[in-house]
Order: sequence, then C-alpha cells, then structure tokens
Amino acid sequence: MSMASTVCSQFRFDPARHGALAALVVILCFNLIVTPNFLHTQTLFVNISQVATIAIVAMGMTIVIATGGIDLSVGAIMALSGALAPLIFLSPFGLANPGLGLAAAIIIPILAALCCGIFNGVMVSYFNVQPIVATLIFFISGRGLAQVLTNGNLQTISNPSFSYLGTGKILGLPFQGWLVLAIALVLWWLVTRSMFGRQLLAVGGNERAARLSGIPVERVKIGAYVICAGLSGLAGLIVVAINSASDAARIGSLMELDAIAAAVVGGTLLQGGRAPIFGAILGAVIIQLVKYTLLANGVADEVALIAKAAIIIGAVYLQQGRRD
Amino acid sequence: MLDNTAFDLRRYLQGGGHSYGVWLALIALIVFGVLRYENFGGAYNISSFLNYNAMFIVISVGMCFVILTGGIDLSVGSVAAFTSVVAAYLSPMGLQVALPGAVLAGLAFGALNAFFVVAMNIPPFIATLATMLGAKGGALVISGAQTISIDWTSNFTKLGMEQVWGILPWTIVITVLVVAALWIVLERSSLGRVVLAIGGGEDASAMMGLNVTRAKAFVYILSGGCAGLAGVFLASGFGAGQPLEGVGWELSAIASVVVGGTLLTGGMGSVTATVAGALLLGLVFNILNFENGRGTISLSAYWQMVIRGGFLFAVIILQSRLARAAQKELH
Amino acid sequence: MTDLIEMSGIGKAFAGVVALRDASLAIRPGEVHAIIGQNGAGKSTLIKILTGVYRRDEGSVQMAGEDLTISTPREAQDAGISTIYQELSLVPLRSVTENVMMGYEPRTRLGLIDWKAAHARTREILARFGVEIDVTRQLGRYSTAIQQLVAIARAVSLDARLVIMDEATSSLDDQEIETLFSVVRELKKSGVAVLYISHFLSELYEICDRVTIMRDGRTVATHEVAQTTRLGLVSEMLGRDASEIAAAGQTALSGERSKPGATLLEVDGLGTRTGLRDVSFEIRKGEIVGLGGLLGSGRTESARAIFGLDKLLRGEVRHHAAPVIDTPARAIALGMGFLTEDRKADGIIPHMSVRENITLALLPRLRRFGAVDRARERELVQGYIDALQIKTSGMEQPIRELSGGNQQKVLLARWLALEPEILILDEPTRGVDVGAKFEIQSIIRNQVAKGLAVLLISSEFEELVEGADRIVVLQDGYSVTELQNPGITESALIGAMVHHHERLAS
Repeated sequence: MSMASTVCSQFRFDPARHGALAALVVILCFNLIVTPNFLHTQTLFVNISQVATIAIVAMGMTIVIATGGIDLSVGAIMALSGALAPLIFLSPFGLANPGLGLAAAIIIPILAALCCGIFNGVMVSYFNVQPIVATLIFFISGRGLAQVLTNGNLQTISNPSFSYLGTGKILGLPFQGWLVLAIALVLWWLVTRSMFGRQLLAVGGNERAARLSGIPVERVKIGAYVICAGLSGLAGLIVVAINSASDAARIGSLMELDAIAAAVVGGTLLQGGRAPIFGAILGAVIIQLVKYTLLANGVADEVALIAKAAIIIGAVYLQQGRRD
Repeated sequence: MLDNTAFDLRRYLQGGGHSYGVWLALIALIVFGVLRYENFGGAYNISSFLNYNAMFIVISVGMCFVILTGGIDLSVGSVAAFTSVVAAYLSPMGLQVALPGAVLAGLAFGALNAFFVVAMNIPPFIATLATMLGAKGGALVISGAQTISIDWTSNFTKLGMEQVWGILPWTIVITVLVVAALWIVLERSSLGRVVLAIGGGEDASAMMGLNVTRAKAFVYILSGGCAGLAGVFLASGFGAGQPLEGVGWELSAIASVVVGGTLLTGGMGSVTATVAGALLLGLVFNILNFENGRGTISLSAYWQMVIRGGFLFAVIILQSRLARAAQKELH
Repeated sequence: MTDLIEMSGIGKAFAGVVALRDASLAIRPGEVHAIIGQNGAGKSTLIKILTGVYRRDEGSVQMAGEDLTISTPREAQDAGISTIYQELSLVPLRSVTENVMMGYEPRTRLGLIDWKAAHARTREILARFGVEIDVTRQLGRYSTAIQQLVAIARAVSLDARLVIMDEATSSLDDQEIETLFSVVRELKKSGVAVLYISHFLSELYEICDRVTIMRDGRTVATHEVAQTTRLGLVSEMLGRDASEIAAAGQTALSGERSKPGATLLEVDGLGTRTGLRDVSFEIRKGEIVGLGGLLGSGRTESARAIFGLDKLLRGEVRHHAAPVIDTPARAIALGMGFLTEDRKADGIIPHMSVRENITLALLPRLRRFGAVDRARERELVQGYIDALQIKTSGMEQPIRELSGGNQQKVLLARWLALEPEILILDEPTRGVDVGAKFEIQSIIRNQVAKGLAVLLISSEFEELVEGADRIVVLQDGYSVTELQNPGITESALIGAMVHHHERLAS
C-alpha cells in the first residue's frame, strides 16, 4: 500500500507524455466491455497483421520527422513497390526461375523504394526544397507511375513463399509482428547508440550547429529519407502478400496520414530532434485499434477517417503544449 | 530617377519579385498550340478550357494567400468534393441557394483550419491534413459514397451552360470577379499587406503591432471559401456532386502558385501570376489532349499524375535556383 | 512634473520562476533614460511588460498619471510607445515604405491603400534623418544601419511619446552609432522620451540623462547619469563592492606571454562573396591572434571562410603549408574548432544533454563499430565538466536548462575536447555574466599556455587589447595592418582601425 502511494506520488500525470498510454488503456477497456469477441486470438492476429504495415512506415516516418522533415510519399512508394513485385515474378523470367524470381521480386521493389528515398533526400538537402513539397512530388507521381506500370490492372498472385511475408507465422504469431519487432530493435539501436543516430538528432535539434560541428548534414538527411522509403517499400510488399493481390490505386492509400499520426501520437516532435521508435509502434497500435473498434462496432469507414483526423489534431495539440 | 509610383509593367509581371517567365511560357504555349492544332484557338476549346480550369484557378488563388503567409492548405481538394455534394443537394432550391450554401460550407472548413492553426497553434500542414481527412469522410458520409446528381430542372444548370453576353459561361465571369477582388485585397488593402508581411517574418509583423492572428485566420477561411466555390463549379461541370473528386487538387494548386513565382516560404508573390500559373498547368494538359487526339502519342490517364509530378519537380528546381539568385542579390 | 511612464511594484513569474519582483521604472517626458543590469536582471522582461508582450502578475503601470492597460504590441503603439528591438523587427522581403507604414497606410477615398501618398510620406520621414533612399525597394537590400534607421523612422511616424531602443547599437559601426545618437537627440528635442538599453556604459554617458539599475529582478536605484561613476554603476549592477572590482581591473586573458611557435595556419589573400576582399595573416602555435575592426569589416566572415563555411572566390587557407580547407568537417579533422558568436542559433542543440552537446564534434573519434563508445564518452565529458567547472545537475541534463555562461562553457568544452591546434573564438564572452566571463578567459589562457593557438574576435576592445599577442586589423574586407603586443592600447587600436580607413578611401 505504502509502496503504491509512493509510486503514485512520483507519477504525475502529464497528458503529453502519458496520454498515448492512457489512450491505449481506455481503448482496450472499451473494447473488452463493448466489442464482441475482442479477446479472440483471431482478433489479435488481424490487428497485428494490420498494425504491422502502419508501424513499419511510422518508424520510418519517425526517423524523417526527427530531422525536422516529413515524408508524404510513403503511401505512393508502397504502391510502387507493391506494383513491381508481382510484375517481376509474373514476368517470363520470374516464372522460369522461381527462386531467383522471388528474390528479385523482393529486392528490386525495395531498391526502387530506396531510389525514391534518395530522390526525396536530395531534393530536401541539396535543393533546399521544403520536405512537404519535395515529397509531394512522389506523393502524386509515385502512385501514377505504379498505375502506368500495371496499366491500372489488379494483379493477383499465388506464390506461397512470397505470401509468407503476409501470412506466415512464427511461434504462432504472425510473421509481420516479428518483423516489426526486429526492425524496431535495429532502429532503436541506430537512434540511441549509433553515430548516425546522434547525428540525426543533432541535425533535427539544430541544423546549423550540427553543420558547424562537422556533421555531414546532407548525407544524414538523405539517410533518413532513404530509411523511410525503404521501410515503405517493405510495407508495400507486405500488403501485397497479405492480400495476394496488388492494386496500385489502393496500396498504401492515405498511409502517410496514418504514419504521421502514429509518429506524433508516439511522441515525435514535429520540429525534430527526437525519435521515439517504440513510441511510433505504440502510436500505430492506437491508430489501428481505433480503426478496428469503430469498424467492429458497425461505424462506417468514413467516420473512421474523421476520428483519425481528430486524433492527429489532438495529439499535435498536446505536443504543442509540452514544447512551451 | 525612375518614378516608382508609376505603374511598372515589368515589376507587375514579375509578381513583385521575380519569374515573369510564367507569362512568357504561357504565351509561348498558346502560340505553339494555335500554330499546331486547328481547333486550338476556336471558341469551343477556349470556353471549355476556361470552364474546366475555373475551379483550379479559384483554389489556386486561395492557396496563394495561404502560401504567402508561409502556410499551406492541403484540404482544398476534399473540401471542394464536400461542397460539390452540398451544392448538388441544394440545387433543387436554385442557384441562389446552392452557390452561397456551398461556399458557406467551404468557409466553415476554412474556419476550422483557421481555428486549428491560429487558436490551437498546430502546424498548417498537419491541421489541413486532418481537415482533408475530415472533409473527405464528411463528403462520403453525407453522400453515402455516391455521386449526387444535380437537379436538372433548376436554374443551377445555368451556371455552366448559360453564356453571359453570349460568349462566356457564368463560371468564368464569377472566376474573373473573384480574382479581381482578391487582387485588390492583396495589392491595395492593409489586410493584404499584413498577409505579405507575415510571410516575410511573422514575429516581426507581430512586433510591428500588426494583427497577425486576424490575417492568418483570414487566409485559411478565404482558401476554404475558394474551395467551396470550386466545389460548386465541380458540381456544375459534372452535373453531379462528386464526393470522390479532389484527390491531388492541393498539388495542382500548390504547383500553380509556385509556377506563378510565389515563394513557398511566403512573403512574396501575386494573384495574377498565380492565375497565369494555373492556366499554364491547365494548358499543358490541354495540349497533351490535342497530341493524343492527333495520334502522335498515346498516354493513358495515369500518365497525368506522373506528368503533374514531373512538372512540379521542374518548377521547384527552377524556383530554388531563382531563390538562390535572389538571395545572392540580397546579400 | 508628472512622469510619462511610472511602473511600480511590478512582479512577474514564468512557470514558477520569478523574473521580476517589486521592479519599478519612472521615465520623464523628453528624457533619455537608460536601464542597465546583467543578463537575467529582468531588463527585457520589464520592457516586454511595458510593451504588452507579457502580462504582469502584479504592480501598476501609469502613463502620464493614468492607468495603462496594454496587452498587445499594437495597443502599446497606439498609446504612443514604440519599440526597436535588438533583433530587427522588420520584414526584409517587403519594401521600405511598407515597413514604415505597415498597419497605418494612408487610404484613398475608397478605403484602399494610397501608395503614392505612402511613398511620399515615407521619403519625408526618412529625410528628417538624412536618409535618402529608394523607398520602393526591398528593405533587405539595404545595410543593417539603414534598416535600423527605418525602424526608428517607423517609430517616429507613429507619433510615439516613448521610443524604446533595445541594444539598438549592437550591430552598428561607430559612424552609424553617431547618426543614431543624433537621431536620439533630435527625438529628445521634440519632447519624445527614449528608453535606452545597452551593454556599453560609454554610450550611456554620451546620451543618457538618467539611469535605472536592475539586479535579480529588482530595481536597485535610479540616478542622474552626470552624478555617477562607472565604477559605482558597475558595483551596483553586480552587487559587489566597488573596491573589489577596481582591484580586478585586468581581464583574465592577460598573462604570461610565451614565445610563439611554428606557423600553423596561413591565410592568404582571401576573397569571398560575403564581403572579404583581401585578408591575409598567419597563426602560430601558442599565441592569441586578435581580429580587430568595425562591424562589417569582415571579422566573422574571415573566421567562417577559414573554417570552410563560406566558399572562397580568391586566395587560400594553408594548414601546415598544405592547402586547403573547404568544409567544417575537414577543418575539424585538421585540428580546428570554431566557437561561434550566436550561441543559440549556431551552438547549442537544445534538446540534447550536456554530454551529447560536448561530444558533438568529437563523434567520429568516439566511433566503435558504427556505435558511440559510451564509456569513453562519459569519462571524457565528466573530465570537462570538472575542469571547466560547468554548473549542471549532471551530464544528462538538457543544455537548454543551463545558464548562458554554462552553455558557453559546454560549447567551449565541445571544441577543447577535440584537442585542437587552433581554436577560433567569436565573441567568446558575449552575453555571459562577469563571473563566467573571467572563468572562460582563464580557461582560454591556460589552453594557450599549453600550446593552443587562438584566433580571437571580440567587440570589447579591452578583451582584445589585453588578450591578444597580435591584432590583425580589418577594414572593409581587407586586412590592413597588424599591431604587436606588448604596447597595444585601446586608442592605438581604434586609431589603426580609423586611420587606414582614410588611407584606403583616398
């Protein structure tokens, strides 16, 4: 009892810092009481597999926002990589060499995504274009490119090895869940322990000071956009694997909003200088759960959009308060 | 010494700073089109071109004001989609209700943006991104995700079809009036000067005792209103409210503003150059259509997005060079 | 005579931290009134309350005997209080006319702006200060001094009864300061009161009538300037005994002068787009080379060029006789450091801890398999915190929570941690309190005794004259002469700066 009270006295509720956790608890409680079958493993799997793509992109977004930037092109890059994969293993080459074809179908789309990241990074760092505008270019033309490549057609695939990305299980839990964990650990190490991470946060915290201290600001920024784009590419592949189909018009549609929302809810400062990787995952879980809760309780998809908008505004508003 | 108070055409064309290139490009493209395609200069093409692009001109001019303050409004497309549905629903009551009603709805979304940005101090692109989502959701909710046909028996149909003085459709007349009014606001009213000053330095403007809050609220509300009007044009042009339209409009509008030589960081730019930018962008697609028609090239609709992105890219690179040159001159 | 402004019993706290307690200020009509005090004494908070930027927690403000309630800068302007801030509060992208007239433009009958009248009015106002420029051009195309005068012109055009000048001279050269002073005298003659805030005591004796001294958020005293002594003012400002300060007259930079060693850096005929035309000098091991000159003579620009921040149009910087430095990263790798003038904009990374700020430039050397060697980092940082006596609750404390002087020490540690051969110090003691100033100076002196070469830029002649072994005098982007210590006096330095100017002009 006395211990509990000391803990309580030390714990001062700060809506900006603990708001996300509190929100998570509230949503979980709400679901336990209201949503039918919430405690089923099926529910868990569905949510894990859906949250995985948001979380992966949100982590990349967190890295970019840490430099004080933003990446609106993540959804379009998902579409591009998602369109490329089936094109590759449905090509004559892919059909003739299933093994090589599979490898190419994973590597080439991610390479293409990385190239988009380089483009974004170069625009932002060497051409001094504001990140919103620089990434707006791919936001619109990336998806267009994907549709040009596929001629706007839906591509269905049935390749069990590739589908493992979306439907595989390890220790009974979806493969993407483990993938998210692995990526999170790597990024966490990168941000908190590596030299790149220190440079990343320094660039976001005070770019001029970072440059004066000999930090290669341009390369660091490009690195951030490349990481974000690469993760988006991977997320695109996962979506295709889950659906066993690729529709360039829909893959990753509005993902930039989910990712930004998740990053912000997770505690990333929009002006840069912080990169809470696990916060991004927490944010993604909250976004996903809100979506799921509304859906499971018969609220229309469209209303969920409005709810998401409210979450973004609320999270950023609380964050502004913390800055002052 | 030059008399600086006199009307200075060159300065005027430059939009107060640089890039009168947009006018040259526009003229060049028109000359090219007239020489190359038979019907390009015909009354039908001109009228339908302007009619179609009126909504883009209107949202671009609204966007111009927002960008001049150093902000951005990503919600214009979904707001226009929303108000097109509103206009379609109100069309049985006639144009006199549908037009103000839809514009009012747009103003309301603008006010929401203004509230987020000014009162809650949320970065403009986040605030307007949220409004974009909200308006999109709202449009789908009120329309049931269906296109809503306008009432063909009401006078709403006059908007796009009846021609004033036998030449110009109402949409174009309204667009010209709006552009002229906003030109006066920017160039000749103190509110317009405050808008420009904010983009040049928000803190400094506040220190000078300018009402920064009011001017910032004004630009977002204005942009919302312009999007509302664009929604009316959309409904009239397609004969229906289009809840799914408007994707990528914010990009077109930003591109028009930037092509018009307005600095993305704000503080410098003009209404007329923005209109020229919007016309230029529209003309590129008009000419592409003619090329497609001649059969020399064959580009699917999907290419439009790619080309639009490419165009934005080219303009941004150009502007970053111009800005760098201007910077050198300043120092 | 009623006071124009009477503030009394003013209290203000920010998030529980008291900034002002029982502060007061009384300004008479038509006088030039100075406020002095160390950083953090509460000067700017008091002024921001007067101008409506902050709201007071307690106390009263009266103007000409009537209660004054001001909550925005606009209301202050309308009440006749205009402020010219330290950082220019104008909009450089817009025209001169707009900057002068903004918010008060003359209108035509239709309620629209009458640009013709606005330009004419602006020309007329500027002409009163002897400024004749094209008012339709962008303000940013003119020099800082002109911009400063435009700010004053704006204040005057608003029929101000009180003009507040916050560090108005800090970016002006002597001639421009003279122009400014004549404008101040002009204002005074026409019955406008001026509230003058400056770090330079000599300016105070030149133009101010009365002075209010603040310390620790309180008003200590108000005197007629004519009846004060510098020593008396300083002792009241610091809250120390006058005799104690008199004894410490020297700056801590002066000391044993060692024989300079081998040449480390040769700067040869530098020209840049930032205004350098022909700057040459060299730096040898174990000496302090001062850069003297007026504002705009190219001191900071030289430092930036040497450190690889600005592109060279002409000339080269040779390090150990080998060219060339083109990026800060390369300069750092060659053993150079650059403590910049603007601590906030170019120095600290506010969110980061003291530890991370200290090792920022050192990162490449702390690298182990791509990661930062944290054990070595901590050891190193603790060493510098101890050695420089940085007052912090621990190395993990965010640097933004430290005082200005301690932030400066952290930045100094950032560069010393590199064990550099050459350290460029641009205004190393600006904006820090007297105690920290002495400490920083003695740290530098100790390092120089161990063989560090220093390139010192300082607007305080005293610091330069006593500290430097040699002073390279710059003018309009040229290095014109070199003075050798011992033997440099303030007047000799000033003489060198001005004399050569005439020679160049002829």
